[in-house]
Amino acid sequence: MSVEFWTILFVGISFCLYLYIGWRSRVKDSKGFFVAGQGVPAIANGAATAADWMSAASFISMAGIISFIGYDGSIYLMGWTGGYVLLALLLAPYLRKFGKYTVPDFVGDRYYSQFARLVAVIAAIFVSLTYVAGQMQGVGIVLSRFLQVDLTRGVVIGMIIVGFFSVLGGMKGITWTQVTQYCILIVAYLIPACVISLQLTGNPIPQLGFAFSDIASNLNNVHQELGFAAYTEPFANKSMLDVLFITIALMVGTAGLPHVIVRFYTVKDARSARTSAAWALLFIAILYTTAPALSMFARYNIINTLNNQPVAQVQQLDWVKKWNKIDLLKFNDKNGDGILQLAPENQLNPQGQTVNEVDIHKDIIVLSTPEVAKLPPWVIALVAAGGLAAALSTASGLLLVISSSIAHDVYYRMINPNASEQKRVLVGRIMVGFALIVAGYFGINPPGFVAQVVAFAFGLAAASFFPVIVLGIFDKRTNKEGAIAGMLSGLIFTATYIIGVKFAGMPTWFFGISAEGIGTLGMLINLIVTTIVSRLTPPPPQEIQEMVENLRTPTIETTTEESLTPMH
Amino acid sequence: MNNNRPDSYWRKNTSLIRNLLIVWAVVSLGLSILLVQPLNTIQFFGVPFGFWMAQQGSILIFVALIFIYAWQMDKLERKHNIRR
Repeated sequence: MSVEFWTILFVGISFCLYLYIGWRSRVKDSKGFFVAGQGVPAIANGAATAADWMSAASFISMAGIISFIGYDGSIYLMGWTGGYVLLALLLAPYLRKFGKYTVPDFVGDRYYSQFARLVAVIAAIFVSLTYVAGQMQGVGIVLSRFLQVDLTRGVVIGMIIVGFFSVLGGMKGITWTQVTQYCILIVAYLIPACVISLQLTGNPIPQLGFAFSDIASNLNNVHQELGFAAYTEPFANKSMLDVLFITIALMVGTAGLPHVIVRFYTVKDARSARTSAAWALLFIAILYTTAPALSMFARYNIINTLNNQPVAQVQQLDWVKKWNKIDLLKFNDKNGDGILQLAPENQLNPQGQTVNEVDIHKDIIVLSTPEVAKLPPWVIALVAAGGLAAALSTASGLLLVISSSIAHDVYYRMINPNASEQKRVLVGRIMVGFALIVAGYFGINPPGFVAQVVAFAFGLAAASFFPVIVLGIFDKRTNKEGAIAGMLSGLIFTATYIIGVKFAGMPTWFFGISAEGIGTLGMLINLIVTTIVSRLTPPPPQEIQEMVENLRTPTIETTTEESLTPMH
Repeated sequence: MNNNRPDSYWRKNTSLIRNLLIVWAVVSLGLSILLVQPLNTIQFFGVPFGFWMAQQGSILIFVALIFIYAWQMDKLERKHNIRR
């Protein structure tokens, strides 16, 4: 049976499952719509967080990027997992104890200021919109590559599916589809990785094959023969300081991303928030420790399959034909010897041309793995369903953040505090639909700068939310004036640097730190400004200090459990 | 209510957080980035140790840190009668 048949079958089954779950979890009240009724079990929230977090980029592109830059790819591995330690220790339990619906809720209430709330709302919407456009595009790319649907139709199909379960079920529908999506994406990622690990190292567990075989030293030798830096050699592409700054910015940015934080509002209490953060990182780590192994195996495989091979023979391979057709894999036998040569980009021949004859797009590293490893067609179809699950789960989480920022923070908390339950949920549903259309538009007509704006999402989350939330919990003296000054200075500094470097040709004047890493400095500026300005202005009112005190004492919330607890 | 000492609960919580974050920083920023070059001279089975820390070890330790925090806090809260 053909790959197309299996792909339609798997994608069709998974879509029906999402629609069914969406229908089963439809909600009527605002607590259900915005925070899933706050009764999600810790382990389920862990799986949902993992799916929410791991996007099309994690699933499709990350292993490919690491495969090209070796050690330096660790910035993503550590940056996108290390942030969960900050989240679990410094944010999640207290934000759950706070008990409201959104991140701007916390900022607005803790700093007793509608202006602070508004700054947080704008930052949340901006961060989520830049992020969601990439996800809708990911849906379109997967559908168009595997099913030859055109990109526009692919995006529209994705919009209908996400729209159905998020409009009907809100956070509740999103939560349970994300749990399902995690299961699909992790199985889809692991099966090809395990088989390829078995083929190359004799060990079916990729993490073990990675460490306990001679593949790393073989790959290093091949790399050096071809003139590349050794695969495990650090700082071949980025300086040590830049690696440090980018890693910290990604960690802190991860902990400050609103769509990740709100997941911890959906569990029962602070204790569940801690446990579910642990489950979340465990589930994420399964993919994130497999990815670098897959990167290394794929790099080794690609070099062996392509380098020094006759062009005519390579072009007979099925997977080569397929990816060659859509330009993700390009050959150019420049010296006309009929043999392919792989070489670093900067290696030139005496005529001043680059020697390299093979141009590999990073995305095909994961997508072509099952074919390179000669796995049956249904595995290839499973990878397609997995890629879609990763993109759809992240998109739905982001859409809810955009919806709740407008429907809850702006409409209910700022414009119409007397709105009825029905009205709040209705506005929420409309806003999901509205955000979906905007996201779909950008998915179909991606602005040329999509790749660049991702640096924004993490940099701005790091420079705006993280410091004011942490200080809001751990430092009672932090007041409204400090938080506003800190958020604004962090945001303005980071945005200026990123825009300057990415679009205006400004040199990376701060010790060569790239736009991706500058969020670290923005966060430090925010921390320092917030602390100093708070000390120079009057302390926050008594009731705010009591609120902070209350956040720090996690008592059991529900009355039934309280009555079981003898008071001493 | 005499077992319920919120101040000492908060102090123990913050010192636990501080200790775990020190491990977090040493493992990721220290061993995996700042000290990766000297550590790469040590071979960890098939791969250089610093490289393995950056791509596998640090992530595994992150997971362990969060589980340790969740367990320790459960114990602390039981001791302080915040939960039964």
